[in-house]
Amino acid sequence: MDALAQYLNLYREHSDVLMANAPEALNRPRPRAYERLMSARLPRKGDEGYPALSVEEMFAPDYGVNLRRVPFGVEASEPFRCGVPNVSTLMAFVVNDSFRPTATLERNLPDGVEVMSLARAAEIYPDVVAKHYDALAGAVKLIPTDPHSTADAVMQPSAVSVLNTLLCQDGVFVRVKAGVRCDKPLQIVNISNASAPLLAVRRMLVIVEDGASCSILTCDHAASHDVDYLNCQVTEAFLGRGASLDIYDLEESSARTARHAQLYARQDEGSEFTVNGTTLVGGRTRNSYYVELCGEHARAKLAGMAIGGDEQAVENATCVIHRAPKTESDQLFKNILDDKAEGAFYGSIIVDEKADFTKAYQINRNIVASPSARMHTRPQLEIYCDEVKCSHGATVGQIDENAMFYMRQRGIPERQARMMLMQAFMADVIDTVSIPALKSRLAQLVELRLSGTRELCAACER
Amino acid sequence: MENNSEKTMPGEAIAGEYKYGFSTDIDTDIIPKGLSEDVVRLISQKKGEPEWLLDFRLRAFHAWQQMSMPRWAHLDIPPIDYQDISYYAAPVKKEGPKSMDEVDPQLVETFNKLGISLEEQKKLSGVAVDAVMDSVSVKTTHRELLAEKGVIFCSFSEAVRDYPDLVRKYLGKIVPPTDNFFAALNSAVFSDGSFVYIPKGVRCPMELSTYFRINAQGTGQFERTLIIADEDAYVSYLEGCTAPMRDENQLHAAIVEIFVEDRAEVKYSTVQNWYAGDKEGRGGVYNFVTKRGICHHDAKLSWTQVETGSAITWKYPSCVLAGDNAVGEFYSVAVTNNRQQADTGTKMIHLGRNTRSTIVSKGISAGHSQNSYRGLVKMAPSAEGAHNYAQCDSLLLSDTCGAHTFPYIDVLNDTAVAEHEATTSKISEDQLFYCAQRGIGAEEAVGLIVNGYAKEVMNKLPMEFAVEAQKLLSISLEGSVG
Amino acid sequence: MDQNLLLNVCGLRAGIGDKEILRGIDLQVRPGEVHAIMGPNGSGKSTLAGVLAGDPRFTVYGGSATLGGVDLLALSPEDRSHEGLFLSFQYPVEIPGVSMVNFMRAAVNAKRRYLNLEPLSASEFLKMMRQKRAIVELDNKLASRSVNEGFSGGEKKRNEIFQMAVLEPRLAILDETDSGLDIDALRIVASGVNKLKTNQNATIVITHYQRLLDYIKPDVVHILYKGRIVHTAGPELALELEEKGYDWIKEQN
Repeated sequence: MDALAQYLNLYREHSDVLMANAPEALNRPRPRAYERLMSARLPRKGDEGYPALSVEEMFAPDYGVNLRRVPFGVEASEPFRCGVPNVSTLMAFVVNDSFRPTATLERNLPDGVEVMSLARAAEIYPDVVAKHYDALAGAVKLIPTDPHSTADAVMQPSAVSVLNTLLCQDGVFVRVKAGVRCDKPLQIVNISNASAPLLAVRRMLVIVEDGASCSILTCDHAASHDVDYLNCQVTEAFLGRGASLDIYDLEESSARTARHAQLYARQDEGSEFTVNGTTLVGGRTRNSYYVELCGEHARAKLAGMAIGGDEQAVENATCVIHRAPKTESDQLFKNILDDKAEGAFYGSIIVDEKADFTKAYQINRNIVASPSARMHTRPQLEIYCDEVKCSHGATVGQIDENAMFYMRQRGIPERQARMMLMQAFMADVIDTVSIPALKSRLAQLVELRLSGTRELCAACER
Repeated sequence: MENNSEKTMPGEAIAGEYKYGFSTDIDTDIIPKGLSEDVVRLISQKKGEPEWLLDFRLRAFHAWQQMSMPRWAHLDIPPIDYQDISYYAAPVKKEGPKSMDEVDPQLVETFNKLGISLEEQKKLSGVAVDAVMDSVSVKTTHRELLAEKGVIFCSFSEAVRDYPDLVRKYLGKIVPPTDNFFAALNSAVFSDGSFVYIPKGVRCPMELSTYFRINAQGTGQFERTLIIADEDAYVSYLEGCTAPMRDENQLHAAIVEIFVEDRAEVKYSTVQNWYAGDKEGRGGVYNFVTKRGICHHDAKLSWTQVETGSAITWKYPSCVLAGDNAVGEFYSVAVTNNRQQADTGTKMIHLGRNTRSTIVSKGISAGHSQNSYRGLVKMAPSAEGAHNYAQCDSLLLSDTCGAHTFPYIDVLNDTAVAEHEATTSKISEDQLFYCAQRGIGAEEAVGLIVNGYAKEVMNKLPMEFAVEAQKLLSISLEGSVG
Repeated sequence: MDQNLLLNVCGLRAGIGDKEILRGIDLQVRPGEVHAIMGPNGSGKSTLAGVLAGDPRFTVYGGSATLGGVDLLALSPEDRSHEGLFLSFQYPVEIPGVSMVNFMRAAVNAKRRYLNLEPLSASEFLKMMRQKRAIVELDNKLASRSVNEGFSGGEKKRNEIFQMAVLEPRLAILDETDSGLDIDALRIVASGVNKLKTNQNATIVITHYQRLLDYIKPDVVHILYKGRIVHTAGPELALELEEKGYDWIKEQN
């Protein structure tokens, strides 16, 4: 049986249980998702857009799915104190795929800021959820003029998005009302916690209305490093006119965790979106970003980094589509690969024929630090109009030996010099974080990881 | 044949249209359209080939039957009816010409129109020319002089007859018959082409050149080029292509195989100007070409191409850098205008230690054309200290064209370095205005600017070609400025 | 053996891969001395500096080099630095993302560790940085930037001398420190070097031109040609060379 078929069977046999434990807004798109999946397959390594990872293999093991919504104890979250020093955040947990607010969350939420379980939101605001839920993930549109656009290749995982829609029962709902600036960062701590292999079907819906702003920190953890987890995450983000949204996403799970995360964002006029995805500890990771700049002067910044060791595989894919004039995008992705780690970047910029005066840039730089490490990079430009400034650059190489010698001449020991240069290599990715305290926290975590630590959470448990 | 007999139009009125659009009334031996095992056997028989070559063709044909056309390129390829093409068209001649005087005068006239008089070439330029018309090599010049040095430069058919061991040793060894759909097709039905062998230690005393021309209607051209530079040898090889204006599409599926032995060097330059179709995209050559070379220790292979023609171009001249310190280069200018589509680039496969490769690609898109760079750089685990640098720029001349860049970089060695840079931008308004202020018209200014933009590549062309290529660039972009 | 030797290089042969560049160098430097090494382009001046500092690009084929009696060639580049060897680079390397402060703190504390000293506290360190900056009139702004990133040619060279001031070497090798400097920058750099001079340390000035030697007075001048020291004399040799040009050397050898 192929990987996808087992989930389709699961759906066929248990759709009643699944539907009974989920709100109407989440149930409605399921039949169509099922239809679409009947003729789909999951991407394999070597497919266009998948240089390093086989999504099929990722989903092939027999994972359990918590269809009956058996509550996992919130105490699972107890050991995880992912607080950022010197910042007070609005914190909530997602245990596997169930939303668990902290006791103080609701009380501390500013006016006009809503953070709750997606299932609850679907009951309170059925129209809002129905309007936005699956609106992006379920309808990846390709450029109509070009049947060969690689957009479908990058986002062919929409098969996984569709699978997520087929099985999703809950998630996180965030809404910031028009004009509201949420000063406190919102922090979502994702925890995988089960004693048997588990698929978590995670979903996040973020609506930042006109003129509103907020930042969201998410981090992934594994309660046990001895159990196989698969996290299938779909995030949909809507940015209204002049809205601003930052998402900082950090993975520090375990070698036995597989993560397939997709982020879809649609930006209206003048909106600003920043996403920074950092992979420090994980097994197999696939992060893909699909950003549509639909209104003039919308700007997007996508950054990401991975420090891979052991047999880790990290694949980042981006697809930034400029659909409106005067839009700007900037992508910056870096990897350091050690041991037998394998990294991949598949990034594309697509400039639609209407999107004059677009500026779009993309940089991917990689350090291959061990004889068995591998890197694949596929930066792509697809340009369909002429008033553009676009560029991309990709390098795969090593630490600058001239800099190494310079530092050693000044007396800095080789190992330390190497660490400092690797840390420096990541500096511009870390710089995309606009909250100073979080930036230094991230720098510290990167330093820890570079020094070989895999148990990053220990640093937070003070 | 009326519609494609010589068209003499007022120069200005057809500015930018196809300069080489004439066909020559030459008696042609064409076999009926269609492709089958019998046709493959017929081609082989007409050429009086040995058994092993027929086997080679049949294996390729059977493989081809199992294959389907590649769809991964950024090209919109209309369905091609492979049964509606004639796979062999040869100018009829009684015996092979022994001197220039025996060459069919009309054929000579054709080449004169192309700007390459065989006569002149022979006497003046020191370039040895092999002219291939509709897949059959018609005349090779300068053979005597080359023979003194031990250089073999002849038609592929002659090579099969006179040097069967060499041909058999190398044929299909770097582009296997099953490499891809078009390579399989070519391997089954190729009719002729050029063969070059440079013996050990010999610097070929002159540029070798082949002009390809599709003439007959409803035919495809399937030529093969096989170049062997033995140890310490050097050769510079030029290839030019033209075809008459036709309403229907003509198929060109060629293979070039190059073997560069230890410390040898091969420069391969192409100016491709197959008919590109008219403004609405009617007609034009479909150009599906597989070009690949292998470099052994300290060897160097340099591809330079100026691609201005063809309705569809699908080609990726590649270097397999097998030996230590081998060097691969790819310099390309690809111009697309009107409804042309090009998906072209290179593959640099680094296997040996300290291998080096350089890629410089300049894409220029105008009209409603689509122009893609697609290139692979692969650093194998054995490629210690290998280095690649790639620079791929695109220039946009209209708001209805497309320019795309698809590099693939795979690094499997921790001492190898790969660097890729690409930019896409519109032709500079400032430069255009500056030219205008100095009284230079828009069309001419575009020609100047584009030539400047492409200079890095044009400089790599041998002198004889550079001038023609510059003109071609300007001509192919005429009418592209509103 | 002269107990008073600071640097003792005997029969040093080195190069890149199989290409021999230094063909047997002998050089003795005592504390308190300033030596100038001059020579035409390609004579091996920068190679000598690199080999002494342990640049991994070079291979040593034979000979010896000791600093204060310690075998330099057996040490890693960082330990040579800790032993008191400082190389002012002809082309100081830009290191984006590494701030000058972090860089210098790492260097200072690595040396202190080597000498079994406690690391400096943040305030002690910053105080030292401030003092040393004054020696070469290095702008505070430069100290907050990444190492050499976006520095002008003159700023880079001043930054080298600043680092020399911080690390207090026993032997400083200035590799073409004058190249690319205007006259004002040259004066500032030279005055920094002179301020740092004591009777305990020594300096080797590698230069193509006499110009720098107007500001940093050498005690001994060597001429390096084709990988060998072909002349050694007092400061007058530099003037003679300036007058007669390098062709004079080439004709003689």
